[in-house]
Amino acid sequence: MTIVSAGTNEGGQELLSRSDLTAKELLREVGSVLRLSETEAAALASVADEAPEDQTMIINMGPQHPSTHGVLRLMLELQGETVLRCKPVIGYLHTGMEKTGESLTFMQGGTNVTRMDYASPLNNELVFAMTTEKLLGIDQDIPERAVWIRMLLSELNRISSHLLFMATNGMDLGAVSMMLYGFREREEVLRFFQKVTGLRMNHNFIRPGGVAADLPAGWRDEVLGLLDTLPARLAEYEILMTGQPIWRERLQGVGVITRDEAIALSATGPILRSTGLSWDLRRDMPYLRYDKVEFDVIVGSYGDAFDRYSIRLNEIRESMRIVRQVLDAMPQGDYRIQDKKVTPPPRGRIDESMEALIHHFKIFTEGFKVPEGEAYVAIESPRGEIACYIASDGSATPYRMHVRAPSFINIQTMPHMMRGGLVADAVAVISSVDPVLGEVDR
Amino acid sequence: MSDVAETVDNAVETQHGCPVVDSLGQRVLLATRENYISVVKALVDEGYTMCIDLTGVDYLNLPNRKVGHGVTPERFEVVANFLSLTLRQRIRVRVQIPENDATLPSLFDLHPGTEAHERETYDMFGISFDGHPDMTRILMPEDWDGHPLRKDYDQGSIPVQFKGSNS
Repeated sequence: MTIVSAGTNEGGQELLSRSDLTAKELLREVGSVLRLSETEAAALASVADEAPEDQTMIINMGPQHPSTHGVLRLMLELQGETVLRCKPVIGYLHTGMEKTGESLTFMQGGTNVTRMDYASPLNNELVFAMTTEKLLGIDQDIPERAVWIRMLLSELNRISSHLLFMATNGMDLGAVSMMLYGFREREEVLRFFQKVTGLRMNHNFIRPGGVAADLPAGWRDEVLGLLDTLPARLAEYEILMTGQPIWRERLQGVGVITRDEAIALSATGPILRSTGLSWDLRRDMPYLRYDKVEFDVIVGSYGDAFDRYSIRLNEIRESMRIVRQVLDAMPQGDYRIQDKKVTPPPRGRIDESMEALIHHFKIFTEGFKVPEGEAYVAIESPRGEIACYIASDGSATPYRMHVRAPSFINIQTMPHMMRGGLVADAVAVISSVDPVLGEVDR
Repeated sequence: MSDVAETVDNAVETQHGCPVVDSLGQRVLLATRENYISVVKALVDEGYTMCIDLTGVDYLNLPNRKVGHGVTPERFEVVANFLSLTLRQRIRVRVQIPENDATLPSLFDLHPGTEAHERETYDMFGISFDGHPDMTRILMPEDWDGHPLRKDYDQGSIPVQFKGSNS
C-alpha cells in the first residue's frame, strides 16, 4: 500500500487576524453566513490586500499561566509563532520582605528569609545565619557538628529542590506523570526535614550560632533509606526522559545562551554551568566544610535547556555523594555555639535558675545586639549564588537586609534564551531557568 | 574624584583612586559618583567581570556614621558587589549619594545584568540611574507613591484585635 500525501494544508486551519486576510477571503467567510449590506461589503473591501510583512503582535503570557511557576508575566512580541522579544514583568508576589527584615531581630530573621525561596528554604536560612555570624565575628567558632548538620541539610535541600525541578520541568513539557514522580521523591526528603525540624518547609532551623536542635535519634537510618531509594528512582527518570526522542527534541538546542551572555547577565548556578563554565561556589570559594568533601561540578557544553536539565539531574547524584561523606564525617559535640550572647539557655536550666529564665526571656524578646558593620556572604543555592548583605547599626535588628536572589537575576536571561524561538519553546525556557517567584519578588 | 584623592593621605591604601576599606575581611572600595564608572571599568580590566549584586541603603537614621578615610557620609549609599571568576575574589564598591540629587550613572553598558538590580534600587529607594534603558518600577505597581525601603517611608500596621484590647 502506498501512502499518498495527505494533502492537508495546515496553514488553512489557522484563524488569521482580520488584517492578514484579503478582502475577498473575508467577504467569502462572512458572506457565507450572512448576506452583507452594500455598505458593509464596501467597508470590507477597503481592507488592504497584503498584510505588512513586519506586523507583530504583543501578547501577555501569565501572570496566571500554569507553566509560569506562579505569577510570572511575560510580554512576548510575536511574529506568527516566533518570539521576537520578551519582557518579564514581575512583582505580583512582592510583600516587602526586605522591609519586614528590618523590623525583625536577628533571632527572628530566619522566619522571614526562609519564605523567600520556598523550594530551598534551608539555603536561605544558612546564608542569613552566616552573614549574621560574620558580623558577630563568630563565623570561625561554630561547632563542627553544627557545620556538618548544616551541610547535610543544605545538600538534602538541593536534592529536594532539584526533584521539584524535575517534576515541574516534566509537567511543563507534557510529561505529566513525571510531576507525580518528582513530587513523590521530594516528599521523601521533606519527610526527613519534618523529622528533623518539625516542618516540611519554612523551617527556621539554621539559626545564627548553629542549628535549632540536634538531629533526632535514628536520623542516620532515615538518610540511608533516602540514599538507597533515590538512585533507582533517578534511573527511572533517565528512562522516562533523558533517552526519549520526544524529550530531547523539546529541549536540545532550545533556549541557548552563550558563556559571555551568561556572565554579562550575572547568571549563576545551572544556567552558568550549562554554558561550559565550571563555577560552583562550593568548590571555588568554599564555605562550611565543602573543601573536606569530594564532589564533581557538573557542566554542560551547549548552554541549552537539555544541558540545564541534565546538570540538575546529575547534581542530585553529586549531592547524594556529599551526603554519604557527611554521614561518615559527622562529628559529635554541640549543635550550637555556647556563646551566651546568641544562644538561649537549655530548656532544663530554665526550671532551676532564675538567671536562665531571664536570659531566655530577654534573648527571645529583645534579641541580641550585633556590632556595627556590613557584610556580604554568598553561598551556592540550587538556583545559583544566593547572598545576603546586612548593614548593622549596632542594634538587635538589621539596619538593612538585602538578599541577592538568584532567580531574580536569572530571569533576565529569559529574553535572550527566547529570542527567535517558538512560543512552545518559551515554556521550555521558563522551566529550564527554574525561577521561584517567591524569591523573585520577595 | 579629585576631592577624595586630596583628602586621602599617603598611608591609606588606594585602588583605582579609591580608598580601600577592610570590612570584616572583605575588600571595599569607596568610590565617588564621578569616578564610579571608571572604577568599575578598571575592575573589569582587572578580572572582576561579573557584577553579582547591586543594592542601596538609606542611612537616614545614621547621618554621622563613619564611612572611612574621610569620605563624607551622605543619606544614600549604593553598594555593588563584583566577582572575579578567575581570581576567585570578590570586591565591593560603595558610593555615597546625596539626598537632594539621588542619581548615579548606570552600569547597564558595562554589566547588562544590573538591569533588574538598578530598577529595584530605583523602585525601593528612589535613586535613579542615568543611562538605564528602562528606569521604571519593577516590584511595586507603576502608580505607587513613594519608595518603600526608605527609612522615612511610613510602614503602617494592622491593629490586632484581641478581646479587651483598645485597638
